[in-house]
Amino acid sequence: MIKLSAVYILSGLVFAAFAVLSALDANNRKRFGNAVFWGLVALSYLAGDRLGDLGNGVLVLGLAAVAGLGLLGRGQPVTTSPEERKALAERFGEKLFVPALTLPVVVAFGVLVLKPLEIGGTHLLDPKQATPISLALAAIIAVGVALILLRQPPISPLQEGRRLMDTVGWAAMLPQMLAALGAIFALAGVGDLVGKLVTDWIPMDARLTAVAVYCLGMAGFTIIMGNAFAAFPVMTAGIGLPILIHRFGGDPAVVASIGMLSGFCGTLMTPLAANFNLVPAALLELPDRYAVIKKQIPTALPLLIVNVVLMYVLAFR
Amino acid sequence: MLILLGVATVVVGFAVRLNPLLVVTIAAFVTGLAAGLTPVEVLEAFGKAFNENRFVTAAYLVLPVVGVVERAGLQERARSLIARFKGVSVGPFLIGYLAFRQLTSALGLTSIAGHAQSVRPMVAPMAEGAVEARSGALDDETRQDTRAMTSATDNIGLFFGEDIFIAIGSILLMVGFLASSGIVIEPLHLSMWAIPTALAAFVLHAGRLLLFDRRLRRRAGA
Repeated sequence: MIKLSAVYILSGLVFAAFAVLSALDANNRKRFGNAVFWGLVALSYLAGDRLGDLGNGVLVLGLAAVAGLGLLGRGQPVTTSPEERKALAERFGEKLFVPALTLPVVVAFGVLVLKPLEIGGTHLLDPKQATPISLALAAIIAVGVALILLRQPPISPLQEGRRLMDTVGWAAMLPQMLAALGAIFALAGVGDLVGKLVTDWIPMDARLTAVAVYCLGMAGFTIIMGNAFAAFPVMTAGIGLPILIHRFGGDPAVVASIGMLSGFCGTLMTPLAANFNLVPAALLELPDRYAVIKKQIPTALPLLIVNVVLMYVLAFR
Repeated sequence: MLILLGVATVVVGFAVRLNPLLVVTIAAFVTGLAAGLTPVEVLEAFGKAFNENRFVTAAYLVLPVVGVVERAGLQERARSLIARFKGVSVGPFLIGYLAFRQLTSALGLTSIAGHAQSVRPMVAPMAEGAVEARSGALDDETRQDTRAMTSATDNIGLFFGEDIFIAIGSILLMVGFLASSGIVIEPLHLSMWAIPTALAAFVLHAGRLLLFDRRLRRRAGA
């Protein structure tokens, strides 16, 4: 069975290559900062389970220190110029789309075909981790397709990958660090406390008020925690179950489903959902870190109000 | 109440634009210490959770192939391809992508597109190309607006499509949570009730994309 650990080894090797190539990059004034940063990420993937909790904690401090002290630069691997790219685009034509479209095809194949596949009673892929494993598989196959079809230098996947990785920079590690912060919040009971504050201070005698508090609370709480999954148990235990479902007799499926989607409206509005909101800004080289969030708020806010109305109308038929 | 200082740290740190990795680390310590943990205990809990969440960062494995096809001119090709279809304007183009993302996510295929694997190499250049074909070379502001709108469209399509699929994480979380509270519910029921919001999200965002298109055209004309 192929497990997530195989994906981690591959990730570790790729980040290790980024670190080595960074160290050799004389065009980057801060090359050793980059080498240390990606090197620590590689170490985490290759040896994370053997470092111990304290060791991993120190590793995270290292990442935060390199990023916080501004030691990360942007690598400048030799790549093609805009003019060369125009000429190559003419030459290769639609063939250029093939490697990029290999990714979704292999991911879909992995999730739809390989995931249910059993050989001699054991699954080929760990069913719980089928998506990340399929994505890693797709990444390998697509690189092969690109190298053969477009005849690019064999080192180019690592050099070009490093170029993009440096474009994302420290933001690349933010989603994982925020997930770890979420664990500390849970340990300290932040969620329960906020839920208690909301339910203690807002009177919810009217059905509409209760629906509004639940939906807006899901969104607001998601904005604070960066994740609707963290908000759902707290708000549902505090308001959804006792008030909407038990007191007012709301349909649990409607309350839960639209409640979660109200949380998703919050996800669109918070920098703490870094992988959706901040990483793309870095990846698309937007100078304003919050440019994507700003484009999402005008959709998210009206949609949140729509959710309140939908829940009010649909849950109490 | 003191543990809320950690939340405040995050809010203030992000607002004044300190380096977020530093902000998150400080917030972890503020929260943990306020909850009565020792600094070493905080560091251990933080390190453990970081290690358990490594799958989050493994998504960057797609960057090498994205970089190679960029090197070979994919962005330029995507841009000129869309320009050849003179009729395609950026609004309808992104509405099409929104529908594609919502429908495929509703079938559980959430990872077939995304910011790294499709928005940067293909969808954003195509959106830029669509604007360019109508209004000529882009200024920086228009380019950045178009890119940000493309990313926003990807997120909205994903979020308001994936909950229609019965085996997605959020549905499983809801089923599990309700079951532990004595309410047994079929995943299909939860999925079904995600559809009204999905439709509303499509209508709202599609409308905004048309307005966005019109604004860009006015900007080019002015």
